[in-house]
Amino acid sequence: MTGRLVALTIGAIVLLTVPLWMPGIYYVNVTSQILFYAIFALGLDVLAGYAGLTSLGHAALFGIASYATGYILGLGAGHTVAIIGAMVIGLISTAIFAALSLRATGIGFIMITLALGEILWGLAYRWISMTGGDNGISLHGRPAPFGIALSDANAFYYATLLVFVVSLAAAYIFIHSPFGAALRGTRDQPRRMNALGYHVWMIRFWAFMFSGLLTSISGILFVYYNQFISPPTLALTSSAEVLLMVIAGGAGSLFGPIVGAALVVIVKSIVSGFIERWNFLLGAIFVAIIIFMPDGLVPGTQRLLRRWRSAAKTAKAAKTRSAS
Amino acid sequence: MTFWSLLTVNSITFGGLLFLLSAGFSLIFGLMRIPNLTHGSLFMLGAYVGATMVGGLIGISTDFWIAALVATIVVAAFGAVIERFLLRQLLGNERAQVLMTLGISLMVADFCLMVWGGDPLNMSTPAHLGGFVRAGPLAFPLYRLAIIVIAMIFAAALWYLLDRTRLGAMIRAGVDDAEMARVVGIRVSRLFTIVFALGAGLAAFAGVIGGPILSVYPGLDQDMLPLALVVVILGGTGSLLGSFVGSLIIGFIYNFGQALLPELAYFVLFLPMLLVLILRPQGLFGRQMP
Repeated sequence: MTGRLVALTIGAIVLLTVPLWMPGIYYVNVTSQILFYAIFALGLDVLAGYAGLTSLGHAALFGIASYATGYILGLGAGHTVAIIGAMVIGLISTAIFAALSLRATGIGFIMITLALGEILWGLAYRWISMTGGDNGISLHGRPAPFGIALSDANAFYYATLLVFVVSLAAAYIFIHSPFGAALRGTRDQPRRMNALGYHVWMIRFWAFMFSGLLTSISGILFVYYNQFISPPTLALTSSAEVLLMVIAGGAGSLFGPIVGAALVVIVKSIVSGFIERWNFLLGAIFVAIIIFMPDGLVPGTQRLLRRWRSAAKTAKAAKTRSAS
Repeated sequence: MTFWSLLTVNSITFGGLLFLLSAGFSLIFGLMRIPNLTHGSLFMLGAYVGATMVGGLIGISTDFWIAALVATIVVAAFGAVIERFLLRQLLGNERAQVLMTLGISLMVADFCLMVWGGDPLNMSTPAHLGGFVRAGPLAFPLYRLAIIVIAMIFAAALWYLLDRTRLGAMIRAGVDDAEMARVVGIRVSRLFTIVFALGAGLAAFAGVIGGPILSVYPGLDQDMLPLALVVVILGGTGSLLGSFVGSLIIGFIYNFGQALLPELAYFVLFLPMLLVLILRPQGLFGRQMP
């Protein structure tokens, strides 16, 4: 427990001082990206990890919140209205997504979310009067809450960090609440949970809504960060990318998706300096992780650590026994 | 009048292509219980191989049908390799299998972009099918009618294969109850490879004959995969009749949608799927989804 506390404190100090020791604005921006992608990955992890429902359409929800922000700002509204509006639209879309895709579980769920995601991607491309088609929607400036202009990279970083911490805390509380326990129950033993009187569908639905909430938040941060949103953000590749974050880090843990987000964002920004496209590598990493580390880096490492520790313990016990 | 009848012919043509694409998708799903997310990529790969051979990009220009045959065989072999060496390792873990097909599809898409570049390739129709068929005041492109005929022949052949042959009976047994089929001595794992290769080959063939209509471009995979998905959700998984009816419905909705509501063409596809999901989640001709 104290070990975890020390790790948390170190993590907090590192994150709080990023702008001080990072060698440049570029790196601060990369860290901001890691943070909002981590929120996105946490959102998907609630579904894919804790509810056992792998969604391949989450980039669409992410994109809806981004587009909604851009669209509402384009109508001339202020940032507060845009952010609240985007959240509301994001949540309504999530509810529709959930109502449709929760008709099935397992593979059926994957298929329906994939189809919904692809349809929204197609819509973003072709509904030009609404989305600007290929040209996307550009934003002009970031908000300045309490007089702090977030157009500054450091200020934006701290705002993202704040949202990230709140989201992480919310996810922690959500997962460790009785509801979270029930959610894991529906993942592992849906029929038994049903027999125990839990409303399995409703539990899944609210988990989906919470996932959509985190996804919408990260979508809004994304569009403010990039000042631009276009259809590729909604594409299957993006859904695959965030799923890779969750799976690479370790689905069903809170720390895993954060590690996964860091990994994917860092690899992507390094690789994009050398090669033009990164999809081939993305696919290759996907295949490699599924074959070699199916439960992800964090649980995989934890398992190795545990094995190492218990091996050390038995070795020690054997030694004392032989000594006596 | 001309407009409507042409649109109808185009819809049936597109439905025929979709049938070739989705029949394999549906069979693979029925047997292996996974949506094969490489299916769009296999379609595109077939189209690229075909366009390369017909267009003479490798020096000699081959006959259209030879190109179609070669593309079908090459991609079917590729499909067999995917199934045998990558998916087989993950037997029993469907989620990992789906993610594997997703990873492969990303790699194939990027590979095609590397090899063939970002510009669309145009494919010419086979010379003997270039003209028009006149029916009174109307003129229909012969090639589109030929696609309809080809799709019909394939539908009949597939029906025969599945319904009248020993292999088909084995596949149907595997779709119905893989465990039971194993018990009575059917090598279901070998069926997996056969069906995957068959589906891949059909997708590639559809890609080649669709090439002259759709042209071949990066992103073709992402355009076709959702259509196959919608067809299968609509028609029901593992059902040949389901893919046939679903393909026709989607062919019509897609073409009429594009002509009448170009901005929302993609969205109107959503409506039949929505209705089916609400009223009959297993699809029109399917059994309960796993």
